[in-house]
Amino acid sequence: MHTKEKTSSVVIKLVIAVLVSVYVLFPFFLVVINSCKATADITSNPIGFNGVSIKQLIQNLNDVINNTHFLFWQAFGFSVIITVLSLVLLAVFGGMAAWVICRNNKKKWSTIIYFVFIASMIIPFQVVMLPLISTFRDVGKFIGIPMLQSVPGIVFAYLGFGGAMTVFILNGFIKGIPYELEEAASIDGCPPEQIFFRIIFPLLTPVITTITILNGMWIWNDYLLPSMMLGQNGAVKTLPVAVQAFVGSYVKQWNMILSAALLAIVPMVIVFLVAQKQIMNGMIEGAVKG
Amino acid sequence: MEKEYKISNGNKPVSLLCLVAGVVLFVTALVMDFMGTGNTLRGAFLVLGAVGIFFGLFLLPTEKHHRRIINVIFLFPLLFAFAVTVIIPLVLGIGYSFTDWDGIRMTKIVGFENYAKMFTQPSFIWSILITFLFVVFNMILVNLVAFLLALLCTSKIKGLGFFRAAYFLPNLIGGIVLGYIWQFIFSNVVTKWTAALFNSQYSMLSDTPTAFIAIIIVYVWQYAGYIMLIYITGLNTVPGEVLEAAAIDGATPLQTLFNIKIPMIAPTVTICTFLTLTSAFKMFDVNLSLTNGTGSVADFLGSYLTNGTEMLALNIYSTAVVENKYSFGEAKAVLFFIILAIVSIIQVRITSSKEVEL
Repeated sequence: MHTKEKTSSVVIKLVIAVLVSVYVLFPFFLVVINSCKATADITSNPIGFNGVSIKQLIQNLNDVINNTHFLFWQAFGFSVIITVLSLVLLAVFGGMAAWVICRNNKKKWSTIIYFVFIASMIIPFQVVMLPLISTFRDVGKFIGIPMLQSVPGIVFAYLGFGGAMTVFILNGFIKGIPYELEEAASIDGCPPEQIFFRIIFPLLTPVITTITILNGMWIWNDYLLPSMMLGQNGAVKTLPVAVQAFVGSYVKQWNMILSAALLAIVPMVIVFLVAQKQIMNGMIEGAVKG
Repeated sequence: MEKEYKISNGNKPVSLLCLVAGVVLFVTALVMDFMGTGNTLRGAFLVLGAVGIFFGLFLLPTEKHHRRIINVIFLFPLLFAFAVTVIIPLVLGIGYSFTDWDGIRMTKIVGFENYAKMFTQPSFIWSILITFLFVVFNMILVNLVAFLLALLCTSKIKGLGFFRAAYFLPNLIGGIVLGYIWQFIFSNVVTKWTAALFNSQYSMLSDTPTAFIAIIIVYVWQYAGYIMLIYITGLNTVPGEVLEAAAIDGATPLQTLFNIKIPMIAPTVTICTFLTLTSAFKMFDVNLSLTNGTGSVADFLGSYLTNGTEMLALNIYSTAVVENKYSFGEAKAVLFFIILAIVSIIQVRITSSKEVEL
């Protein structure tokens, strides 16, 4: 650049940027300091450091973690299992389906399937959630595998709900992979399933990172679907459901509620600190392509 | 290679064995299902049987149909899940909205009764109105704040990486948790400030209009950082030479902004507008945990309302799940779906007409 920006305007911008970040991070700051206090200290002075002690933090966390409505480790474990299983299955099955759809895009059935997937992305969850529960209840009773209040059931549901966007984004990427690559392998005698798993799937790594981030953020934080499918006080609970059930039973006990919030926030923040760039890029790509 | 192909592409005895075993297991399970015997093994039989059939088909020594078989096997898992979780419930749901379904059974078809009823319910009309109001406010505010932040984050200040990450951070956390954190802030922190300033502990969440503003504050706080990232990407595509040329020609920063930057990122503006639009329509979690839809309205269409801050998504949820009026809630959900579909169609129209211009 030829023109240097005036130092005064840079300073003003920096001051604004700092002020905005103070505002944005202020709630997180409040969660942290108030998790280190007893209720009385929170209500008398929620912003100050009076009564902040590590001992109180440990006590709050202990109370919350072992609380029968919350059971942090259990909810955390279920959240991890459900999210990871859903993401792996979405990546593998989504990749398989997207590849078949993309490589047969001249055929009518492929066009129809693709169109139905795209069109389904506008369906809000509210319109399917009620019959979904009754369908899953009936199917579960019929086949003898419980679909409600079970991990396989909810993973299956995420596979269904995440499928459309996954196929859409993967399809856009697979289109760009030269078909000659597959033809050459096919002439060498490589069967189609090996073409996919040995040649195509490894090439999908960057776009699978993107869909994993998009789906992961949504599934990890999702409340409505698990609350409907797992119930508020079922044996299987995800973190958002556990937080809701816990807060519902501890009205105004802010040291408990904020400690629970802290526990729910920390895993996500750690993941963000580790994979900040990938997460931000994944979210951007998802928005621009979706 | 030739040899490997032959091996992997078929093994007749194993294939037949798998097929037969799969069909036997599958049929046994189905028979048990229909007979209603409570045998818990039937689920495992069904799954194993299906896997067996697919594996048998996969190993079938047929060069002609192998590709087609692979197509079916590759498509099946996702399409099956999609059909059971989205398509079937959607069709059933639209059907149920014309009946008196109570979540388990239905006794009669009521036609458009549910649809007619919801427009005579003041609390529902109120929900629609404030949802639209929320969407409009939210769309303008989120885009404005996000765009200003994006300008800030593409200027030459220090610590840009930190600021971007910090502004994006709220977007990582689920709405339920955020809602409770802000409930704490509004009812325990802001009240301290009003007490200091006006000598009265006033909670924004206690009155409908201020509670509505509170929801907007939280949503902008949560969402602006994400939209900002998209604007940053858009702004970075504006070529440096163009900006340099403008600077040489003596354009002021404001002129550059309105005459170069904003017109050049018009597609980004469209994307962000519709992202904020649809997400604001679907907003549920923050609504549930921050106010739970409460708030009194003294007189609306001749009724006293207690759901002053209840948006559409939450209204549907409480109608069905809390009040147990399933078919009525489903009818509301279908209307919700139609509204979103119209918005999406408009979006596609606008986006594709823009592409033609380019």
